Amino acid sequence: MIPAAIVFAYLAGVVYIGVFAFRQARGKEEVEDYFLANRSLGPFVFLMSLFGTNMTAFAILGSSGHAFNNGIVTYGLMASSSAVVIPLTLLLVGTRVWALGKTHGFITPVQLFRDRWETSHIGTVIFAVQAALLVPYIIIGVMGGGTTLEAVSGGLVPFWLGGAVVALVVMTYVFFGGMRGTAWVNTLQTVLFLAFGTIAFVVIGAGMGGFRSSAEAMLSSPLSYLMTRERISPSYFFSYTFIPLSSIAFPHITIFCLTARKMGQFRKTVVLYPLCIMALWLPCVFMGVMANRANDVPRIQEKIEARRALATQGQSLPRAQRDELRAKMEADDVLLLLLQRYAPAWLAGLLGAGIMAAVMASDSQILALSTMFTEDVFAHYEGKSRFGEAAQVHMGRAFVIGLTIVAYVAALRAPQSIFSLAIQYAFTGFAALSPLLVAALFWRSSTKWGALATTVWVAAAVIAVAVFQAMVTAPPPGPPIVVAKVAGLDLLARTPGGTAVLGFMPVVPMVLVSALVMFVVSALTPKPSEGTIARYFPARPAAGGRA
Amino acid sequence: MPGPREAVLKKGLLTLAVVVVYALHQDVWFWRTARPLVFGFLPIGLAYHAGYSILAGLLMWLLVTHAWPHRLEEEAEKRGEPRPR
Repeated sequence: MIPAAIVFAYLAGVVYIGVFAFRQARGKEEVEDYFLANRSLGPFVFLMSLFGTNMTAFAILGSSGHAFNNGIVTYGLMASSSAVVIPLTLLLVGTRVWALGKTHGFITPVQLFRDRWETSHIGTVIFAVQAALLVPYIIIGVMGGGTTLEAVSGGLVPFWLGGAVVALVVMTYVFFGGMRGTAWVNTLQTVLFLAFGTIAFVVIGAGMGGFRSSAEAMLSSPLSYLMTRERISPSYFFSYTFIPLSSIAFPHITIFCLTARKMGQFRKTVVLYPLCIMALWLPCVFMGVMANRANDVPRIQEKIEARRALATQGQSLPRAQRDELRAKMEADDVLLLLLQRYAPAWLAGLLGAGIMAAVMASDSQILALSTMFTEDVFAHYEGKSRFGEAAQVHMGRAFVIGLTIVAYVAALRAPQSIFSLAIQYAFTGFAALSPLLVAALFWRSSTKWGALATTVWVAAAVIAVAVFQAMVTAPPPGPPIVVAKVAGLDLLARTPGGTAVLGFMPVVPMVLVSALVMFVVSALTPKPSEGTIARYFPARPAAGGRA
Repeated sequence: MPGPREAVLKKGLLTLAVVVVYALHQDVWFWRTARPLVFGFLPIGLAYHAGYSILAGLLMWLLVTHAWPHRLEEEAEKRGEPRPR
């Protein structure tokens, strides 16, 4: 009960921050204040909040769960690739988005696209695809909340209730605090989960009798492959370097780039981002792997047994039984189980609050969708001019409530693990949409038709992957099911974890084809007017000047 | 202030640094081995990628120092408040 009480106290504190931010706004019902914190965030809040926004339930629960079943490869797949790609995109794309927002007053990426490519309805299509891809990401937050509260309370708070509590808390502080409240809460959360991640590492290490002996024992056990990457193909590993391209294309990150008071605030964020990633992911991944040595935690042993049964008998088992084993080996709660076993109750509560903090990072996505709806649909189609700015903010708040309820209902029905759900749809889709931003900001000749073709391609490809995976059942761990071959190569295959195209994850061909579609269609269609191009690409001073 | 040739050379070197760091992510040399255990518990493959994260931080420092978009920053700051849309 003590851990659950501490977590609930933390949740109350978070709600208070949202209400406090509401009071700071002093009743102003201004769009830029509610949705962008008046473009006034300082360097510390900007870094911590941006990092916290990127690190959702997926980062802390999904990473340790994935590492439990797949080993140390998890860090290289997502953390170290993000450590280089995300800050690079913040430097190249984020700073330009900030400057354009500052000079043109943009609040959402679709506003930028509409202005840059002189279009209206194509912007609405982009909005629809972005919104559809963002919703699963929000669901992850609710699912993570349910999993965490259930585990922290030792099953006393069931999944459905935990998800409801987290959804209600997030909805409340986003509703009241808008971007300012969300940024403050994210900053607190990031500080908490960075600090408590370190404490958890020390406590669990001591509880397991020291990581040195656990690592040695692991290496002399049949599970030693989890300490290497021998069961992962290099092409699959390489594919993951495309996934972090999604970060800057996620509307909540693009929008967040607009909240900085000065461009200089990107400097520290870009440099410190890789180190923050290491500080959070390294302990989570390592503890996830080491959880395999927690011989005295029955629920962890059940997961290991299920994994073993699937690997050894999977080929001969009926589909229903394989699905049952897959569900049993899902390990998103493994870090919490370690805490319950090895940390004293009060510390488990504090650490649970830290994990809760990471789980609740879906607030930014909820706010972003609300911002996009009110700006890209309500205001764009004359709602703002007819009903006024205050009505737009009210509309945004009503949208927050509606969206949270939809996400909660979906979370109760979604069967897949947090990790795979996020990767397969939201991350892949947004990575494939990243050529839109790059083309808008760096390529004078890009056109609205190129943007439309790219968006339609991404939507169709995501649906195609989802349909393919629904139609072809995932094989048990081992060789994939090859569906199409070309010149002796496996063109299309169903793998235990998803889909492979020529051995790569779908994100690789999707991003490359997106860029190609943008290039070819733009080359064949009329460019925006010279006036618009000149606003985005002003004449440069003579070479030798500053970049 | 660097001349045109120095500016191109600097840009080229920074681009090369980004490409090299990106390529170093694919560390096939530590693929099948866990030893040595760094600090007695971190498998080498994991320790490598932790070190890689630090290298990424250094690369970002280099880029922020030598490839910061000053002109963009000055223009945006000069224009001040965004114009109403």
